[in-house]
Amino acid sequence: MTQPDAQQQPMQDMTGAKALWATLAAHGVSTVFGYPGGAIMPVYDALTFYPEVRHVLTRHEQGAVHAAEGWAKATGEIGVCIATSGPGATNLVTGLADAMMDNVPLLAITGNVARHLMGTDAFQEADITGITLPITKHNYVVTDPDELPMIVAEAIRIARSGRPGPVLVDIPKDVQLAAFGGELVRPQAHPETPAPRPEVIRAARELLLGAKKPVLMVGGGAQGAAREITEFARAWQLPTITTLMGLGAFPASDPLWLGMPGMHGSVAANHAISQADVLIGFGLRFDDRVTGRVKDFAPQAQVIHVDLDAAEIGKIVRTHLPVRSDAAHAARALTEDAVPFDLPEWRAQLAEWRTRGEHPTTWGAAQAVRQVVARLRPDDILTTDVGQHQMLAAQLARFEKPRRWLTSGGLGTMGFGFPAGLGAAMAEPGVRSIVIAGDGGFQMTAQELATLTKYDIRNVKICIINNSYLGMVRQWQELFHEKRYSEVYLGDSNPDFLKLADAYNIKGWRAENSGDLESAIDAWLSHDGSGLLEVVVPNEHGVFPMVPAGAALYEMIETEPLKTAPHKAPDLGEKMNVVAEEQEARQ
Amino acid sequence: MTSPVQPVPDHLVSALVRDEPRVLTRITSLFGRRGYNIKSLSVGTTEMPGVSRMTFVVSGERGVVEQAMKQLDKLHDVVKIIDHSLEKYVDRELVLVKVRVENSERRIEIRQMAEDFRARIVDVGRHALTFEVTGDEGKITAFIEQMRPFGILETMRTGRIALTRGSNADIASHIYHDGQTETLEPVYSSAPREGKAREVNNLF
Ligand SMILES: Cc1ncc(C[n+]2csc(CCOP(=O)(O)OP(=O)(O)O)c2C)c(N)n1
Repeated sequence: MTQPDAQQQPMQDMTGAKALWATLAAHGVSTVFGYPGGAIMPVYDALTFYPEVRHVLTRHEQGAVHAAEGWAKATGEIGVCIATSGPGATNLVTGLADAMMDNVPLLAITGNVARHLMGTDAFQEADITGITLPITKHNYVVTDPDELPMIVAEAIRIARSGRPGPVLVDIPKDVQLAAFGGELVRPQAHPETPAPRPEVIRAARELLLGAKKPVLMVGGGAQGAAREITEFARAWQLPTITTLMGLGAFPASDPLWLGMPGMHGSVAANHAISQADVLIGFGLRFDDRVTGRVKDFAPQAQVIHVDLDAAEIGKIVRTHLPVRSDAAHAARALTEDAVPFDLPEWRAQLAEWRTRGEHPTTWGAAQAVRQVVARLRPDDILTTDVGQHQMLAAQLARFEKPRRWLTSGGLGTMGFGFPAGLGAAMAEPGVRSIVIAGDGGFQMTAQELATLTKYDIRNVKICIINNSYLGMVRQWQELFHEKRYSEVYLGDSNPDFLKLADAYNIKGWRAENSGDLESAIDAWLSHDGSGLLEVVVPNEHGVFPMVPAGAALYEMIETEPLKTAPHKAPDLGEKMNVVAEEQEARQ
Repeated sequence: MTSPVQPVPDHLVSALVRDEPRVLTRITSLFGRRGYNIKSLSVGTTEMPGVSRMTFVVSGERGVVEQAMKQLDKLHDVVKIIDHSLEKYVDRELVLVKVRVENSERRIEIRQMAEDFRARIVDVGRHALTFEVTGDEGKITAFIEQMRPFGILETMRTGRIALTRGSNADIASHIYHDGQTETLEPVYSSAPREGKAREVNNLF
């Protein structure tokens, strides 16, 4: 990244708005995603003086914030998005909440009405700092133009350090316009991440040494420590599970890998957790989609929890050994003096579980997703939207590297996939950014097809799994609401996706049966440029294995119940009781 | 089943926070969002420019309160959390109590009682006396209980405030885990956690 001289602009012409760009440039920000409007116009005007920063005009602020997230998730660097006051700012809200949940380092810049108008319900005024208080790591209103560089530098540091997250900087219009008399600042150094205490590492080692059925669980917080985690797991020969957010932090080709845990986790991962006697978790927060019924999560295990964020330790799952540490530090410390496990019985048991939970081989979403992910190259980025296709992709894709799997985990944001894939593609023009989306979610941010065209982005490959339904909701209605399919049918009104793509000058392909699939995928992937593949699939397949909400992991339904049998709600008894689930979550 | 009237314990916690816009909202919204119960809260400036001090009484089981403290500690504006249950401390609360006075006999009786508590009369009405009492929780509760039979018309309490005994520089920060507490090096003597506290004009 180039580090342009922030002092290039004659200081006497400096305004708050120019100081903003100078500071971003000094921090190596090369690309920002945004959308202009009244209260941010001075910033857009000043942009014309800073050619070193590329601005990407999306078609909706939600597109901008997800694109910035995609950029950040793929690179690990800060993603930046910009919006005007009022509706522009509130359109960022979903993406900020998403970034908060998934710890995406993000800087959101919003314009606001002039200082003297704040609090008067002025035109396009929204209290965006108030609105985003609980969904940002921190936020600011800049009231003194001279402080702008310092605030932006601090915001970037906060967003990136520790457990990353979004930070919003709200800049009143008159502050953008004001003459700048302050100092430009250099990027602030990252604070040191905490290293584990030696006695804690010793205790963890002791626990591991005594294990007969050990399991390692790796979460999204370990994406930056994939190498250290992999060395640690291999040194100890630890069976390893990666959560939805942790996929890629341990290579899927390694025989130690057991897949993903949780609601749509693998049979092996869920049973391994349920039977483990020592469970060591790195950088994960034991989300309810991972634990199932908390009381029966890893019931026999001594839990070692390594996390940077003390508040995550013991929040949900009882922890026997808390290790407050950066994942890399702790993994490295635990790799020294490793004693590889030799546990033939445990291994045989895991091997047996690994054979279970097969997907249907008949024509359907699973087959389509399997064929697409089978063609992934190790460097390719795979982004998904939210729903059945997302879970299928998580189950079927095999990642060898971190930061190649971008998905909305914590918030489960429909509309995330395509713009995030677009942002990642712009960050890494040399790799393919493959987006798998449902017909529902794609339409939440489909307007960003225009952004592909506008910037001639050539490496985004969109695959729409079109099952004519809000598939995941339909699955729940089928299983838990006696097939009352309430408001989930889209098939009567979906657009012709190929015509839609064509309208934006994007080339499209369609597959409607297994015979078409391979050639369509090949044509779509080998096409020189971005493209859209629509796969039309039947709607009746569900995603399995599945742990019903409120059930324990070991109570998972391993494979799809036979469709031919007369419908009978699965006998889940009290497990389905959502109230019970909530109570238990508070236990 | 546990008995429904089992008392929930109170915990006394102080926080040093940067004196920046919305810091109070940030903290109270965090408590509200996560369902922690604040029984009292008092806020004031400190000897350090740009830093305020808050004292909370949080009710809840130990684990809940630890989680609340850990969440608080993550806020950028929070410089430091002090869990008073881990240190010796002094605490005080100021209460105004308005007591009904039926007749002059009663008036004498009430004033007598107030003197025993060193309560000051701050307002005298024909049918009411208002007292100011300062003390720790036990004293205040006792005073109110003593006055109750006469008829309490109104009370207002400032909420408890607390300081650790001994010299400030000794105070360590703590990290909480299930049932264990890890003591960190004092951070206070060096600098507030995230660089120097900035002064930003309050707009609102
Ligand atoms: C913004 C948003 N609204 C609603 C939901 C609830 N939701 C979760 S999955 C889903 C269905 C998604 O359908 P589709 O995009 O067609 O994907 P499929 O499940 O069929 O693969 C819905 C509505 C959500 N996650 N996000």
